[in-house]
Amino acid sequence: MDDLLELDDQLTPEHRMVRDSVAGFVTDRVLPHVGDWFEQGVFPARDLAPVLGSLGMLGMHLEGYGCAGLDAVSYGVACRELEAGDSGLRSFVSVQGSLAMFPIWKYGSEEQKREWLPRMASGEAIGCFGLTEPDHGSDPAGMRTTAKQDPSGDWMLNGAKMWITNGSIADVAVVWAQTDDGIRGFVVPTSTPGFSAPEIHRKMSLRASVTSSLYFDDVRLPASAVLPGVTGLKGPLSCLTEARFGILWGVVGAARACLEAAVDYARTRVQFGRPIGAFQLTQEKLAWMAVALGQAGLTALHLGRLKDAGTLKPRQVSFGKLANVRAALDIARQARTVLGANGVTLEYPVIRHMNNLESVLTYEGTQEVHLLTLGKALTDLDAFR
Amino acid sequence: MNIVVCVKQVPDTATERKLRSDDKTLDREAADGVVNELDEYAVEEALKLKEAHGGEVTVLTMGPGKATETIRKVLAMGADKAVHLSDDALHGSDALSTSYAMAQALKKIGFDLVVLGSESTDARTGVLAAMLAERLGVPQLTLANKVEVNGSAIAVQRLTDYGYDKVEASLPAVVSVVEKINEPRYPSFKGIMAAKKKPVETLGVADAEISADQVGLANAWSEVVDFAVAPPRAAGTVVKDEGDGGAKIAEFLASKKFV
Repeated sequence: MDDLLELDDQLTPEHRMVRDSVAGFVTDRVLPHVGDWFEQGVFPARDLAPVLGSLGMLGMHLEGYGCAGLDAVSYGVACRELEAGDSGLRSFVSVQGSLAMFPIWKYGSEEQKREWLPRMASGEAIGCFGLTEPDHGSDPAGMRTTAKQDPSGDWMLNGAKMWITNGSIADVAVVWAQTDDGIRGFVVPTSTPGFSAPEIHRKMSLRASVTSSLYFDDVRLPASAVLPGVTGLKGPLSCLTEARFGILWGVVGAARACLEAAVDYARTRVQFGRPIGAFQLTQEKLAWMAVALGQAGLTALHLGRLKDAGTLKPRQVSFGKLANVRAALDIARQARTVLGANGVTLEYPVIRHMNNLESVLTYEGTQEVHLLTLGKALTDLDAFR
Repeated sequence: MNIVVCVKQVPDTATERKLRSDDKTLDREAADGVVNELDEYAVEEALKLKEAHGGEVTVLTMGPGKATETIRKVLAMGADKAVHLSDDALHGSDALSTSYAMAQALKKIGFDLVVLGSESTDARTGVLAAMLAERLGVPQLTLANKVEVNGSAIAVQRLTDYGYDKVEASLPAVVSVVEKINEPRYPSFKGIMAAKKKPVETLGVADAEISADQVGLANAWSEVVDFAVAPPRAAGTVVKDEGDGGAKIAEFLASKKFV
């Protein structure tokens, strides 16, 4: 399919090599199987993690401790190509790199970094991130999970988290909890007594991704388990800003895959004696989809360049997450109509991407919260706090 | 072991490839340049031999400035350094003069083993390995689908129509590989980052002691006399199986001289 804006010509040769490595991996190792994974509701994390690790995809944007140290645009391009495979795959990589490794890398002690980061970069150890709770989603400040320090210095963790990607398969959880000093982060080995992580079933979206609840029942942690570098909600929110940056690139890949499937189908599906792509109604659909895709790609590239320049603001990430996920979901739904009945089967990627994007619309800041973030930026009036 | 792997930048086979109307050479601007696919297998084999026996892998490519992209990719895959043979005088060189220029560069670099793909996807002459070996005065082990090195001895399985031949020689030698030999690795992100810092030496014809009157379009022994755009693919023939489908397919294949 023609890249109308020739956006990738803006990339450096290094960016293009990153793109080609990830796209090659996705083509060889993911696309032949992902429809089955989705149907069966499984994600073969233990098989894929070492391969992702050897390619350098886990914590790719971090420096040192076995991480590749790529720039932001490279990270974005990699997310885009991963999500052209499946949003579940990109979620795995986002959670590992931006939500589990990033807080350890940014706020952790030297000991925590040495213990976890090299193993997480190689894919030997899998991480998850516990912020959202059953009763506290968009409003994490009200979280009820607590960590209390006893006189010996040990921490006692109690509470529950929900909608945690990689939870049941993780070796380590970065858990945010209320303490007497405010919200703190804890590095929790999942083998610690009192920790449990049952998988959440019956999802109709992100089925090729492990989603879990986390329960902490008197989980005793040493004093060294706390992340020393941050106190307050800004800790977890900074992680989410990292991960959302990956999302605003990733969904461009999912949308591209849908448009490609629609164009391919429109060129070959014959009705009334000619390909449906020759009908003006179909061409209008494809053209609008291509326009939305190009705009989303431009937004992602612009924000990537701002991130590399060190000036990217959280509100700009909200802009990108809001705009690009919305665009991707619209493209997926429109592609679904081009494919007719075939659009609802897993023989084609479209319904899988479409259903996945319903989760992406909600997780890591709902559409509504990002709208209010932009509303506040425009009016300086806070609608929800 | 000092391994030199020869790679060529070719137009992407997935895009429309063209010849230039003025001098009938490849139009490098018309298509994206990629690493010749068979050379990727050569790179992988060179890296595997280095991992097993130690030493160093040097990439040698001959081509215009644009070929640096190809060099970067091979360095990202894990090669240690690169030599880029690049000079306007080399433009339009045919297989014979290319082998001369490459051999001169190889003599300058020095090698225990030269590895390359058995042909390029653009020119498809498939003769470079043999010509290089002859010019360098070393054994040629071509069409290898397996390579084993033991001290200064080298053995390959040469793929044939009927199976394979076992071919043995001693180093230094030239090996060409076929695609069944291995599965080329993707450049890892660390490899991509590391490639930026790896040395790339650019050689002109004078640096490699290449006589300019033996290379380039004007001195080529072969000439593209004429070319035409390939006709668009004709509509396929649909064979309807009415109990005689097999016979019809055999008939069709026979008519095209496939069987």
